[in-house]
Amino acid sequence: MKSYSKSTPYLFIGPALILLAVFSLFPIVVALVISFTDIDLAGLADYSNISFIGLENYKNIFSDPIFMKSIGNTLFYVVIGVPLVIACSLAVALLINFGTARIFRGFRLIFYMPSITNVVAVAVVWTYLYNPQFGLFNYLLGLVGIPAIPWLQDPTIAKGSLIALAVWRAIGVNMIIFLAALQGIPKTYYEAAQLDGANNWKQLTNITLPLLRYAIFFVSITTMIGWLQFFEEPFVMTKGGPLDSTTSVALFIYRNGFQLSNFGYAAAGSFVLFVAIIIITMIQFRLQKKETDF
Amino acid sequence: MQTKLSNAKKAYRSQQWLAALVLMIGGILVAIPFIWMVLSAFKPESEVLKLTPTLWPETFTTENFLYLFENMNFGVYLKNTIIVVLCSFVGLFFNAMAGYAFAKYKFKGSEKLFYLVLATMMIPGQVTMIPVYLILNQMGLTNTMAGIVLPGLVGAFSIFLFRQFMSTIPNELIEAARLDGASEFRVFMQLILPISKPILAVQGILTFIAGWNSFLWPLIMANDESLYTLSVGLSLLKGQYGGNFALQMAGSTFMVVPIVIIFIIFQKHIIEGYTISGMK
Repeated sequence: MKSYSKSTPYLFIGPALILLAVFSLFPIVVALVISFTDIDLAGLADYSNISFIGLENYKNIFSDPIFMKSIGNTLFYVVIGVPLVIACSLAVALLINFGTARIFRGFRLIFYMPSITNVVAVAVVWTYLYNPQFGLFNYLLGLVGIPAIPWLQDPTIAKGSLIALAVWRAIGVNMIIFLAALQGIPKTYYEAAQLDGANNWKQLTNITLPLLRYAIFFVSITTMIGWLQFFEEPFVMTKGGPLDSTTSVALFIYRNGFQLSNFGYAAAGSFVLFVAIIIITMIQFRLQKKETDF
Repeated sequence: MQTKLSNAKKAYRSQQWLAALVLMIGGILVAIPFIWMVLSAFKPESEVLKLTPTLWPETFTTENFLYLFENMNFGVYLKNTIIVVLCSFVGLFFNAMAGYAFAKYKFKGSEKLFYLVLATMMIPGQVTMIPVYLILNQMGLTNTMAGIVLPGLVGAFSIFLFRQFMSTIPNELIEAARLDGASEFRVFMQLILPISKPILAVQGILTFIAGWNSFLWPLIMANDESLYTLSVGLSLLKGQYGGNFALQMAGSTFMVVPIVIIFIIFQKHIIEGYTISGMK
């Protein structure tokens, strides 16, 4: 009972697959190859200028102080950012799910809003809010007598300021994922627990959180991968400064690739990032397996 | 017993109020950047630079918005952004086609190819960024609209969502259409797409938002200002008019407000989309 010709399905997947092959799969090979070369603008103009230099790029990148600093910064973003995102979005989801009135649907809308807005626009707005002289934040702090904070000028505070913006943007999507998971928990579990006299806290720790395990796992993996690739916020707001204290690995790669045109060197950096993402994701899967074993 | 029950009810009600209060405070904090952005966009520059800021614009002005279009090329950026959005809908169509084939056709290598598609989701953008630039450069597409649009045209996640949804369409429907003599492409256009409206709605909105917000590829590809999209133009504005906050807020407002309006109209579809995708 086949009325279509053999080639039909290939015609359907053709356009999408060709584009994915050219712009996703093939580039991986290209990236790997050029990471062993010294390709730059001169090499781009004339391929005879390119020479294979083996592992030179990888050797150099690990002795590059800015790259090491960007790794440190990225780890800082991950270690602080991921738990913050999970805690905030889970808390908001629990509160919204707990509410019965219509107004709680409105809250869902408000908390989701930041995640769909343009990152450049948002970064521009937050740069204004963070402005030491004319910004709203310092003005509000001034009203309660707290001295002005150099939001984007101090190396450590600047990292925190960028994290605040990114957490603000990340709550929405993750909150929705948690809400979907919360609504999947059968009401009967809670009714049974209430009959046994369990209070809210006990219901939360003994029913809700264990049953949200997979959602939390999913969110922590995707959030961690996202933070490892943290790029737009430091790019628009601080350009990696002050003194490279907010430069992330992704920004380092972009800068070397497109501002300094060290394509080979940047490709080597991107592979280091890729391998790091794979390893960290695999460790998380291992931990998750161990947790479910007992 | 009666009093115990009503006590519990009272406690429950006060807990509800508490939850609403906490969310209210959080919601205001979340909304502050938006509110401040819109209000500042309508203030004259001198008012924005006052040391004691005003909440509501003292002198209401649309001068900032006019400046964007008269002295900056925001009209051109808007046109480019709309072109990017329209092109990304072509990509959406490709995704739907591929999703349909993976859902409803049995063909050699279909499973392996589908895993290959899924595998592309794991590749970080930073890895493909440089080689894609080199590839497009080789094709002579740098500094062209095609170069801006092509890299992000199709997406594995979108193909995956289409496949998930279209697998639920009964085979009998498709067979019946075939018996009526409809060609395969016609079956897809006139039967499958109309049935897939819910997923098309979700994907359509997300595609619009992604196209409207597209930043990285226009930034990398466009050397000429005539090819800039709104977000690239806005980052340029931030560089050139660093101190002029009212103008920057007007530019941001112009980018954010259309998306917010579209989102409020279609929010039900977007939020339901997460349930369709089975992200539980």
